[in-house]
Amino acid sequence: MLIDVHAHFFPDRSPRSDWREYNASRLAAGDRMGVTVHVASVLGTFGRTSPTYFPSMADVSYGNDWLRGFQRDHPARVRGYVAVNPNYTDHAVAEITRGVKAGMIGLKLAASRRADDRLLDPVCVAARAHHLPVLHHIWQHRRRDWPQQEASDAVELCALALRHPDVSFILAHIGGGGDWLHSLAAVRDVPNVFVDLSGSGVDGGMLEACVDAVGVGRLLWGADMTLCTGWAKLRYLERLLPSGDVEEIRWKNAARLFPPGAFPAD
Amino acid sequence: MRVDVNTFLGAYPWRRVPGTTPGHLVQAMDRVGITEAWVSHLPGLWWKDPTEGNDWLYETAVAHARLKPVPTVHPGLPHWEEVLAEAATRGAPAVRCDPQFLGLVPTGHEMRVLAATCGSAGVPLLMSVRLEDLRQRHPLDTAPDLPAAAVRGLIRADADVRLIVTHADRGFIEEVHFGCTPAEAERLWWDISWIWGPPEDHLATLLATIGPARFLFGTGQPLRIPEHAVAKLDLLDLPADARAAIEAGNARRLVAG
Repeated sequence: MLIDVHAHFFPDRSPRSDWREYNASRLAAGDRMGVTVHVASVLGTFGRTSPTYFPSMADVSYGNDWLRGFQRDHPARVRGYVAVNPNYTDHAVAEITRGVKAGMIGLKLAASRRADDRLLDPVCVAARAHHLPVLHHIWQHRRRDWPQQEASDAVELCALALRHPDVSFILAHIGGGGDWLHSLAAVRDVPNVFVDLSGSGVDGGMLEACVDAVGVGRLLWGADMTLCTGWAKLRYLERLLPSGDVEEIRWKNAARLFPPGAFPAD
Repeated sequence: MRVDVNTFLGAYPWRRVPGTTPGHLVQAMDRVGITEAWVSHLPGLWWKDPTEGNDWLYETAVAHARLKPVPTVHPGLPHWEEVLAEAATRGAPAVRCDPQFLGLVPTGHEMRVLAATCGSAGVPLLMSVRLEDLRQRHPLDTAPDLPAAAVRGLIRADADVRLIVTHADRGFIEEVHFGCTPAEAERLWWDISWIWGPPEDHLATLLATIGPARFLFGTGQPLRIPEHAVAKLDLLDLPADARAAIEAGNARRLVAG
């Protein structure tokens, strides 16, 4: 069993003309690697009709609808996060309710608002009500603002997590760029923040630092945009850790985090 | 047979990196089935005189037969031609010069003369585009990435120069490869350490559009875990001869001249 907690598929209304090939490649590579379930999000139209990290309400709903359709096409292999833009509070909460009814199993917050912003509180309350983990896009140690996103870092996510101790948060892509050492120090003592290992970064020492910071119990395997780096990190972990610990990271931690029955072996 | 053309020994100045000793490197090579590694002296890349790390590198290579030295040449220092000559005498598979870390203009006179002299000496010249993602570097690590225009300029500087470029991504490689004549492009080799596999499939695309002959197996270890380079090859449906060429054959032919 191997659960990718940070996957994306591209919908037909995205700017990518190769969206079908991309999605097919993800599924095929996942099969080769042994990925059992891709837990994915679709961020609106990924920039086609509103910005990826600031999606309009219409694009948010479209993306979530498209993902549910994709999940119906691949019922054994795909699960979905509800993506929302917390700037549209009522829409976001309604979208969560709609998604849960349709079988979505988590909440994805991109970067439409800083992670410590009070506007995130209503969606976190909704996540708690539905027992959804919250995957939050993170720029590891953001030292300045960057175009196209309200990127948050681990310190900001921890502020949110401390306000919502009954909600599980997933710090996105520790290998996704930025200073991961800073993030690991920030999350060390915040027990409801889990670390997703995805991202294109495969830095030497990063995985050891992750284990040191939060232990195997708070690590989740994922790939994000690069399955090759995800597989590499998994192979490295298989040499670094006892097999039982690797199983926790491969899927058991995720199975505990997501709602009961979310995955086939649950 | 697997030859890693992109490895380092010694401490990294910007953060603690495990596994930087020769013994650790050999262990990592064994772990992922790497037969031979081309190694550079990592801290020396930023020294005023980076060639001060070369003697240690040569001694290390003598003590560890699977490690082949890639010494640094600094064309802004006096007597750099002797450093290059020594590398050729000692059978180094390549020499390296990373202009962005040495404060050299990538397409300046010194780099062009170095490229031409390497061409005359029959020694490939290796350089990296980067060692770390720009977004995660130490605040004082402000060296820019090597520009693609610099590689195009250097390959045109001399008809005999052969360049090995590490840590380049798909966009960089395409910009240089298709910005060169076929004859120029045949004197360029790219390591696969920074090229994405699926689902973006950058490596598969490059192998289809450029061909496997231009690519070398490289990891960037210990700054990066070597499992990545192996994993991305394992995710390809690559004919055995093409994979063997990337993993060792192209490097062997490059060294043979």
